[in-house]
Amino acid sequence: MTRKLSSFQCWMREIWQTKSWYFMLLPGLAWFFIFKYIPMYGASIAFKDYNILKGIIDSPWANPWYKHFASFYESPYFTQLLSNTFLISMYKLLFGMIPAILFAVLLYECRNVVLKRWVQTISYMPHFLSWVIIYGICMALLSESSGLFNDWLQSLLDRKIPFLSSTEWFRSVLIASDIWKDLGWGAIIYLAAMSAIDPTLFEAARIDGAGRLRLIWHVTLPSIRNLIILMLLLKLGTIMDAGFEQIYIMYNVKVYDVADIIDTWVFRVGLEQMNYSVATAVGLFKSVIGLVLILIANQCAKRWEGSIW
Amino acid sequence: MVRGNADRMIDIFIYAVMLILCVVFLFPLLYVISVSLTPYTEVLKHGGYMIFPTKIDFEAYKTLFNDDAIPRSFRISLIITVGGTLISTLLTVLMAYPLSRKKLKLRSFFLLYVVFTMLFNGGLIPTYFVVQNLGLLNSVWAMMIPNALTAFNILLMKSFMEAIPEEIFESARIDGAKENRVLWQIVLPLSVPSLLTIGLFYAVTQWNLFFSAIMYITDTKLYPLQVIVRNIITAASIPNMSIEIVVPTMTLNMAAVVVSSAPIIAVYPFIQKHFMKGMLMGSLKG
Repeated sequence: MTRKLSSFQCWMREIWQTKSWYFMLLPGLAWFFIFKYIPMYGASIAFKDYNILKGIIDSPWANPWYKHFASFYESPYFTQLLSNTFLISMYKLLFGMIPAILFAVLLYECRNVVLKRWVQTISYMPHFLSWVIIYGICMALLSESSGLFNDWLQSLLDRKIPFLSSTEWFRSVLIASDIWKDLGWGAIIYLAAMSAIDPTLFEAARIDGAGRLRLIWHVTLPSIRNLIILMLLLKLGTIMDAGFEQIYIMYNVKVYDVADIIDTWVFRVGLEQMNYSVATAVGLFKSVIGLVLILIANQCAKRWEGSIW
Repeated sequence: MVRGNADRMIDIFIYAVMLILCVVFLFPLLYVISVSLTPYTEVLKHGGYMIFPTKIDFEAYKTLFNDDAIPRSFRISLIITVGGTLISTLLTVLMAYPLSRKKLKLRSFFLLYVVFTMLFNGGLIPTYFVVQNLGLLNSVWAMMIPNALTAFNILLMKSFMEAIPEEIFESARIDGAKENRVLWQIVLPLSVPSLLTIGLFYAVTQWNLFFSAIMYITDTKLYPLQVIVRNIITAASIPNMSIEIVVPTMTLNMAAVVVSSAPIIAVYPFIQKHFMKGMLMGSLKG
């Protein structure tokens, strides 16, 4: 008993000695509580018939409790939103990772240091531009009335393509602009991993008579294989996030069919049409699936790192 | 010398791809600038937009700055960028430093508390209600406070601070420095590169801020630059500017795009180095 007490006292004394650490933590902890944890509680309005005048606590519970989830599940939006979210996200994953890896290989193989540095500097820049700016660039190049490409198409083939307002083209524009924005930035992590490759591996392979392409194929790429799979898993975990801001900024009524994702729908239905409970239910649905996916991805990443290689 | 030739071919291929990529990255930006500077008479003469302007004038910029929407939103963006960056960086440092100390009691609990918010969130509508109940709607605070912290940045900062050798702390403590002094006089000066990285991350996010503005702000007078520019581009006109349209909309749109990206492009060459260093340190550790 006395020992327990003294260890507790010891513990308290250590806390007391470092009390300023806890004071430092306070504002941040409070911020997370207010802006992250209270909304988690607030998500309960997904199970209520939310009434603005009554507030969260006094609004009546929905009957049955899954009413708003069911109405979403039965609505025609369900399959459309889900498939748009998954498809756009998968395309972005695929066309985001592969070009970034190839670009990193090219940079790694580039022997002209000056050129390499210039290309790196230039390719990172779009990452820092906002989606509004990128949408502006898309307008300049692709707009149907006076975009550069459509001017060219008009003079060469005598036809125009509504890149930004047709359901066939819109997703391609989304993905292409995403690649343009993040190609260089995405390559950084692979490049960092490559710079850690043991040079004796190249040495040995070269002595065995490997050419440059074989070095890339048998040394460089296998060396970053772990990282590639890790990144893939982590990105699979966030597949429910197809990119609210980009889509919200770039889409228009004509392309809702192919562009509307869960996040944009929640925003429109929730904040613009004030269907709070339904929108919250859909948002919660998305968060829960996202959580499950991230946990699975992390688990896979851990298990796979430990067991296979 | 067969292999030598193959090698050279690969080099040439790499250089060619790199140059093409440079064009792909730079051309859209240059084209936007060029359209924004092309006088209307030239557009008419050539029957469309050309790649490089044959004549340059600043009519579109003058028109933009004659309306008060752009200068006003520029000011709002500056305020939320400076204010938001200061708030975010300060809060991040205050959280990251104790979390980086292995001796902190309940450390794993605090870490879980932060990391869990990366995994799960209450969603858009409940967050909106919190901001509403705090009375932040339609104020510049709504664009600085609700998005002030990013769990990822806290973890990044924490791992930077963990890299500071333990001996430095011990000698400071032997000299009688209290924790506050250790943070301000020892840790911070040693973390300048990471502070710059995190600060710049926050600054870019704030300058590009769009989401919080359309969510929490309905008063058009408080709109930051990105929202105004997006409205100009999609609506193809500025409010109160129907009279005497001497500048075609595309020219005007592109001038707006240039104005909203100019600060980033102007500081980019100077900050790029720090980003690189910071990111590499972070990614190599993680």
